[in-house]
Amino acid sequence: MPFIPHTQDDTDEMLEAIGAASIEELFDEIPPDLMIDSLDGVPDAMSEMQIARLMRDRAAMDGAPLCFIGAGAYEHHIPQVVWDIATRGEYYSAYTPYQAEASQGTLQTIYEYQTMITELTGLDVSNASLYDGASGLAEAALMAVRSNRAVKTGKVFLAPGVNPTYCKVAMAIASSQGLAFDYLPMDHGTGNVVFDELNDDADPVAVVIQQPTFLGTLEDVDRLTDWAHARGAHVIAIANPTSLALLKAPGHWGEVGADIACGEGQPLGVPLSSGGPYFGYMTCKQKHVRQMPGRIIGRTTDLEGKPGFTLTLQAREQHIRRSKATSNICTNQGLMVTAATIYMSLLGTDGLANVARQAAATTARLVDGLTSIDGVTRLFDGPAFHEVALGLDRPVAPVLAALADRNILGGYDLFADFPDLGNALLVCATETKTDADIDAYVDALRDIFAASLEKSA
Amino acid sequence: MDSYLDKLIFEKSRQGRRAFAQAPEAPAELDIPDAFLRSDRPGLPEASELQVVRHFTRLSQKNFSIDTQFYPLGSCTMKYNPRVCNSLALLPGFAGRHPLGPASHGQGFLSCMYELQEMLKAVTGMQGVSLTPMAGAQGELTGVAMIQAYHEARGDLDRNEILVPDAAHGTNPATATMCGCVVRELPTGPDGDIEMEALKAAVGPKTAGIMLTNPSTLGVFERDIVEVDKIVRDAGGLLYYDGANLNAILGKVRPGDMGFDVIHMNLHKTFSTPHGGGGPGSGAVGVGERLLPFMPVPVVSKQEVDGDVFYDWLTEADLPQTIGRLSGFMGNAGVLLRAYVYMRLVGRDGMRRIAEYATLNANYLQARLRDAGFELAYPGRRASHEFIITLRHEANELHLTAMDLAKALLDYNFHAPTTYFPLLVPECLLIEPTETESKETLDNFVNAMIDIARRAREDGETFKEAPYNTPVRRLDDVKAARQLDVRFEP
Repeated sequence: MPFIPHTQDDTDEMLEAIGAASIEELFDEIPPDLMIDSLDGVPDAMSEMQIARLMRDRAAMDGAPLCFIGAGAYEHHIPQVVWDIATRGEYYSAYTPYQAEASQGTLQTIYEYQTMITELTGLDVSNASLYDGASGLAEAALMAVRSNRAVKTGKVFLAPGVNPTYCKVAMAIASSQGLAFDYLPMDHGTGNVVFDELNDDADPVAVVIQQPTFLGTLEDVDRLTDWAHARGAHVIAIANPTSLALLKAPGHWGEVGADIACGEGQPLGVPLSSGGPYFGYMTCKQKHVRQMPGRIIGRTTDLEGKPGFTLTLQAREQHIRRSKATSNICTNQGLMVTAATIYMSLLGTDGLANVARQAAATTARLVDGLTSIDGVTRLFDGPAFHEVALGLDRPVAPVLAALADRNILGGYDLFADFPDLGNALLVCATETKTDADIDAYVDALRDIFAASLEKSA
Repeated sequence: MDSYLDKLIFEKSRQGRRAFAQAPEAPAELDIPDAFLRSDRPGLPEASELQVVRHFTRLSQKNFSIDTQFYPLGSCTMKYNPRVCNSLALLPGFAGRHPLGPASHGQGFLSCMYELQEMLKAVTGMQGVSLTPMAGAQGELTGVAMIQAYHEARGDLDRNEILVPDAAHGTNPATATMCGCVVRELPTGPDGDIEMEALKAAVGPKTAGIMLTNPSTLGVFERDIVEVDKIVRDAGGLLYYDGANLNAILGKVRPGDMGFDVIHMNLHKTFSTPHGGGGPGSGAVGVGERLLPFMPVPVVSKQEVDGDVFYDWLTEADLPQTIGRLSGFMGNAGVLLRAYVYMRLVGRDGMRRIAEYATLNANYLQARLRDAGFELAYPGRRASHEFIITLRHEANELHLTAMDLAKALLDYNFHAPTTYFPLLVPECLLIEPTETESKETLDNFVNAMIDIARRAREDGETFKEAPYNTPVRRLDDVKAARQLDVRFEP
């Protein structure tokens, strides 16, 4: 019996103490008609050796393609220390730190995390994390409705550079509470918002601004933040945390800064892992803290006056407030936060800036290489961070399929989300890509373009 | 007062120090105008690699965990998390796979996900499974949203009431509110079952559905479940199964057979993925026939063409009535891989043994504690995989509250059970030993409980200041809330 320690003698003694003749008897309160005899559909048990073989074979099937996809999840070097420490049993197999005296490790780690993420975002308060960036936007929108009580419209405006999947997720989670999400107009030359077409009579409860944008451009966040605040809206910033080593922190956008920042924490030491587990970060101005969802850790003292850490402001939460809670969220993504805290501690201020600069420089080299091919152009003018939208002179999907045949994942096809942009491809290269990797991609794409030219000729 | 080791990582920082092997020297030039750049320097720690390793290793040692202590936290199923589940989920082919990579470069991963869906259907008796919800609470949100979508699709627009027993986990009413529903609370009878007359009075044309945990958070199986099903169904409502306690009935009885339309599973409980100090969880949902069209996307499909098998995603195009997407990609994929490995290790027969030995351990612990003089909240009932003792007498007569006992246990090197939940039992401890604990551990726990009760009888104030041996003693929660200190200020 895997993982069950009972010997026959143990079981017999325990049944005797209970006063039951058999284990079966312990289920005698369940209506007999409902009981089942066997579980068809679950295979026989495997040994550790067998399952390890199976999983190694399957992991090998997925190969190790050269990946230039970003679009919300980014490949970065993860120091060995990060997961060696995060998977220590004391972190890995602990639970939510309700018993503070038995959880100081987790609690202090989260307190340090909260400090780091407020430093990056330039805001006052961080929670202990949310599920991921996309669901984090839904929580931020709901929070803005609670904190901006002067505006009752329920309208949330999204800058054109907000990740389209985040919009879908926010709608799925928050629309039943009367929120409506609408995109602001996009300038197809820059990929950014068209200020001239903004409706100055609008009365949104919140405006969401992503920087860098989903399309890789840099938005005039100062001007857009000020426009939103002038309309009485709260500003929700979405930012890639790696980029914040270089780019202006949301707390300093415009005259008074964004009210809430949220986003995907994955770039901070979390593996790509097919999309999760990641974590969503969320920070806000001090005055909104009581509307924040999720756990928050505070520093206090114990009865000897020693400093220590505990869950605080729990009166916002579901286990106290039940139907009146700020959110139904219960757990956060604790282990991912532990990993991110270790990651940020190892890199430090300068190290994270180096990663960001290296990623920006690598992407610039990649774009130079790709746009040297006839039929490949940059879609937008203006500066970029580590992701760029390219225009192709032919449909993107077959090109990506041909690249995948050569074990290169060439980027994210923008057609489904942005049909107006034509044949558009979003590429990303982080510090993990070498000059040889870039050459391999550029050569492969040149070949593919040339081959299809020959075919059509 | 505190040693260097116990300081915050920020207090160990020196500007210019870092783990130099980790971030390559980067080109100085940057093609981004100053207007976009920050002029301040974010205050991340600046420490050497060894300092970081020592700091976080030291912190980890201040935690109780399953790997180091018995952790009988009720309704949390703190069982052993097999290490191999973690290492196999982190194989480079899985850990490095980009979520938007094509299915052609994900057949290994997708085949695991498809088989996980099938196994979860089998153990729950449901018709379809979506793996995307990222935690139990998000699974609940998914379930209630699907119930709403079902009524809406039928033009049945007035159903906005969700029935929730008063013993329910706080996420149930919070979820119903988040979905824009009105919560109607149902009272529990003296023996732990729902009061049928109250249920009959509560249902009606506004009933959207009922959210039930069975066995309930009171540690007992809802014996009238078939009648509950009939009453709610006849009123036009749907039944939601909160899978928090699925471990208790695995392989013995299935929510689908009990009549439930939708269920969420806590894979971090029943299928032993790590709790991680508070997540990540995973709240996969299973649905019956009526809710199949509304499942959240993506879902993994299996196609066979000329004998070749190909796994792919089902998206909005395949499920046009879906309630939509709940995460940026497909949920907590790495957690799902760990659950998959666990289920394959345990296998068909192992599933029912989980429920059997979890139940045996709980009933044994219940019997031993009852015999030692502790009062059971529901003495006439079988324990499921957990049970409740109430310290109302000890609190009155000895000044030993549930909180005191919980803190005292820490000094005996046991994590405390769940305290003060469910809310309707005074001074309660909800105790769930799980199937992976040995008889010796349970006996040692009983001995500790007996010893604490004995010492409390000798001196009622003994435990008012417990624990004594933990890194910190009782923390001032009032001060934490009033003098909010949630980030380090140098």
